[in-house]
Amino acid sequence: MKLLRDTWLLFQRQILLMWRTPMWLFFAIAQPVTYLFLFTPFLQKALVPMGAASMKDVYNIYVPGLLVVMCFYTGLFAGFGLLAEVRMGILERARVTPVSRSALLLGRAARDVASMLVQCALITVMSFPFGLTVPLPNLLFAYVLLTVIGLMATAISYDIALTIKNEGALGSLLNTIGQPIALLAGVLLPLAIAPVWIQKLALLNPFSWATNSVRALFWGSLSDPVVWQGTAVVTVLAVITVILSTRLYSRNVS
Amino acid sequence: MIEIKELRKSYRSKRRNGTTTVDAVNGVDLSVAEGEIFGFLGPNGAGKTTTLRMLATLLAPDSGQARIAGVDLLADPAGVRRHIGYVAQGGGTWDEVTAREELVLQGRMHGLAKAEAQQRAAEALAAFQLDEYGDRWCKTYSGGQRRRLDIALGVVHRPKVLFLDEPTAGLDPQSRAHMWEEVRRLRAEGMTVFLTTHYLDEADSLCDRIAIIDHGRIVAEGTPDQLKQQISGNVVVVGLGGPTAQAETLLKDKPYVLKLETEGEDALRLYVDAGETAIPQVMRELTDGGVALSTIALHRPSLDDVFLTKTGRSLRES
Ligand SMILES: Nc1ncnc2c1ncn2[C@@H]1O[C@H](COP(=O)(O)OP(=O)(O)O)[C@@H](O)[C@H]1O
Ligand SMILES: [Mg+2]
Repeated sequence: MKLLRDTWLLFQRQILLMWRTPMWLFFAIAQPVTYLFLFTPFLQKALVPMGAASMKDVYNIYVPGLLVVMCFYTGLFAGFGLLAEVRMGILERARVTPVSRSALLLGRAARDVASMLVQCALITVMSFPFGLTVPLPNLLFAYVLLTVIGLMATAISYDIALTIKNEGALGSLLNTIGQPIALLAGVLLPLAIAPVWIQKLALLNPFSWATNSVRALFWGSLSDPVVWQGTAVVTVLAVITVILSTRLYSRNVS
Repeated sequence: MIEIKELRKSYRSKRRNGTTTVDAVNGVDLSVAEGEIFGFLGPNGAGKTTTLRMLATLLAPDSGQARIAGVDLLADPAGVRRHIGYVAQGGGTWDEVTAREELVLQGRMHGLAKAEAQQRAAEALAAFQLDEYGDRWCKTYSGGQRRRLDIALGVVHRPKVLFLDEPTAGLDPQSRAHMWEEVRRLRAEGMTVFLTTHYLDEADSLCDRIAIIDHGRIVAEGTPDQLKQQISGNVVVVGLGGPTAQAETLLKDKPYVLKLETEGEDALRLYVDAGETAIPQVMRELTDGGVALSTIALHRPSLDDVFLTKTGRSLRES
């Protein structure tokens, strides 16, 4: 109960801070919007092997990938905000109070995930005029999945940030690992059109499972086995990474 | 209220040529009475912050014991946290929130209900004279206002003991005076205040008792007056208006000079048993030796003299 109360308390504070500095939203959606308007129109021919017969199909294949990559990148860079707060001494101040240690981290993570969902919603809404169609139950389920994916990416970022504790090194590291993970998740182009060895390699990438699930949902098949498989993979990993990061956080923020 | 025994902490840091160990706090024993303003005086790097962070449960000691408000630090850190407030050297507030919002959050983090936290925040703003700026963003605050807010945040839950790390470092004289008043007010309300400082005048005029720390060890402890009395005799400062070498040679072996230091380029600082009789002797010696002197003054020893005799260095220089 205390954990929930404290998490809610810190979540509210984090949301307030975001509300007061709305510039983040502009930067957060500038890139996906660019992709949506300038990159997607190129894709029709490329996506024919995936069954894309029309521009509408292209959006149905491409938008889910875009949403996953957005959650992935926004989450991956969440560690910076965490380290900034450590540097500002916010944490020291909070740690002398009896507030729950895990809540300090979870309140932040909840904020990071909430901001991702706002970005996702904007991109989804902008895609409807281009012919994106997705049944409502599938869309809702996809958002649940995106929440878990975002939470996992955020927790991974926190884990790395709390381990290396250096904002400069964190930037280079995330850029280095972010690119291959995103490509191997098939977010820009579906892995179905990739060489076999890349498809095999992608099986090791949880984000690839996530992309496949979200894409299947947007394609309209709630019952496709890849949906529950992907959901299981990201849920298990999200739980593990979140627990790990709260552990790291309570132990090592001294 | 605070009892510390043999507290130790060393840091290991990796360098290119292997690891080095810094004994940041090297066996500190202290006791602080209830309702006291206790000052921890020492140069940068002496181990003040490290000690304070250990007492505030932020850092685990390597060894040693401490009891704060009757609660054992190692056995029950959460219990200690209920009785203490801690204000870090660098504060710790977000930029885009107001003082009132920070105070409410702080109260809520201490477990208060919303209405009560709001009530306390309003009281704190009034008590620390932040009413006027209470609803402005923290990033617009002056150094003094920000520091007052830091302290207000540290006491919103009415702790018995308040730890203040360098409360006035970098403040202008007026803000410092204001801050001293706030600290005295807290003592008047019954709080025990443990602060660190590297300012001599702050230790001297604000603190009831002080401990001087250097290289992680306490080198002296007592009221400022007791410490100054430990330095036998007085200090005579001789202004020469020029090089000091010749005067130094003349005076350094005289039986009434206990210790001799240069002060700046053109003055000498003599520690003597009795200033009143030393002054005529010094003047005669220098005149006979053909050295002109421009000023001569008798000082009561300062805390810096205490520091100097205990460590061989001046706090002003380190
Ligand atoms: N995190 C740390 N890692 C390594 N050395 C440290 C760390 N923090 C402090 N030190 C060293 O410990 C000593 C005492 O530091 P500190 O307690 O901050 O002194 P003060 O507050 O009196 O200026 C210094 O030599 C400082 O360099
Ligand atoms: Mg310090």
